[in-house]
Amino acid sequence: MIGIIDYGSGNVQAIATIYKNLNIKHQVLSKPEDLEKADKLVLPGVGAFDATMQQLIDSGLKDKLNELVIHKKIPILGICVGLQVMGYGSDEGDLPGLGWIAGKVKKFDKSQIEFKPKLPHMGWNTIKDVQNHCLFKGVDHDFGFYFVHSFYFECESRENILATSNYGGEFTSAIYSEHIMGTQFHPEKSHRNGVLLFKNFAQL
Amino acid sequence: MLRSRIIPSLLIHNKGLVKTVNFKNPKYVGDPINAVKIFNEKEVDELIVLDIDATRNNRPPNLEMIKSLADECRMPLCYGGGITTVEQAVKIISLGAEKIALSYSALNNINLCQEIGDIIGNQSVVVVIDVKKKKIFGGYDIYTHNGTQKSKWNLFDLITELEEIGIGEIVINSIDQDGVMQGYDLSLIEIVREKCSMPITVLGGAGSLMDIKELISKFKIIGAAAGSLFVFKGKYKAVLISYPNREERKPLYK
Repeated sequence: MIGIIDYGSGNVQAIATIYKNLNIKHQVLSKPEDLEKADKLVLPGVGAFDATMQQLIDSGLKDKLNELVIHKKIPILGICVGLQVMGYGSDEGDLPGLGWIAGKVKKFDKSQIEFKPKLPHMGWNTIKDVQNHCLFKGVDHDFGFYFVHSFYFECESRENILATSNYGGEFTSAIYSEHIMGTQFHPEKSHRNGVLLFKNFAQL
Repeated sequence: MLRSRIIPSLLIHNKGLVKTVNFKNPKYVGDPINAVKIFNEKEVDELIVLDIDATRNNRPPNLEMIKSLADECRMPLCYGGGITTVEQAVKIISLGAEKIALSYSALNNINLCQEIGDIIGNQSVVVVIDVKKKKIFGGYDIYTHNGTQKSKWNLFDLITELEEIGIGEIVINSIDQDGVMQGYDLSLIEIVREKCSMPITVLGGAGSLMDIKELISKFKIIGAAAGSLFVFKGKYKAVLISYPNREERKPLYK
């Protein structure tokens, strides 16, 4: 069963609808203890970094996630801010992140973006699947995915880069470390490509 | 590479989908959920849904309606209409919208943009600016309440302020061009583009895909929104929801 974590942030229902249409067992979970029922987890996210971290802490989800993901190796897919919290921290806030993947969230350098609009990076962008990972099986890279963000994840090691995109230079648009994965874009709002990604994640 | 966005803009009035001309004479064009389902199939880049009754009638956003729309949307959704508090904005994002659009409430209290942005992230805060050409001296006035109340804001002061706050996007909605299908007001967009670096979506005037192509070729990365173009067909304006498919869109982005 795929557990979609509901902590008051992100497109929980949109993800549930996709899994429902795919006929894949899933559940929206909000209580820390309920997370144990899931074989895999999706951590959605729309919002500011600190507000998101604070919600994870206050709800008790942070501790539970550390237990399940780090000790029990439950696969997890983070989306947007759900990816960003996997690092050490962010330029956008003061709170430390979960620290699962070595890296920090940085703001795009406006001066590197030579056209207008500058920020946020918003709209449909192509991706380069640098690891040929099965998460992107069947995905149309040129159609790409929907993004809306001003901050991006900078990995300390290239090994953790799953996909890159280009916006005033190359940036990391998806990260991974074994069973931990994250996308900066919103697969739940990316039509067929997004549906494929969720299906691939379920089949990993 | 990042592409421009081609965005159907849907107006809600008395729970139905309507299309106006110069912000007047709303014509019923169908059921909102049904429209979203069709736009899902067409894989639209994004959707803007504006409840044009909420601010006018001084009522809060209809959360039930927003939820049913967001549940259905497989594309990014921007909702606007009646949002006056941080709590409402947060709630709407939690229901599954990517962005919330403010108009009157932002113009009335510009700090609201940042207060909302602090929680949902500035990138998800959109301000819709309804503008109308000044009759005598040139330039543009800003209106609220569906074009019935003139705002005190000067267009450039407002844009500069919003740029400073660093909101996610402005939607420039031309009251003069609304529903007329005679093309976008490109000179208006040119001056707005020059004044700021944030994303702009243009609404009002698109009558054909050529209008969209022209807008994109001029401004490279921009949001090209349209109402009538995607809900009407032919010169008698028969109601038909349409949107170019993946192949038809490719030449428009160039």
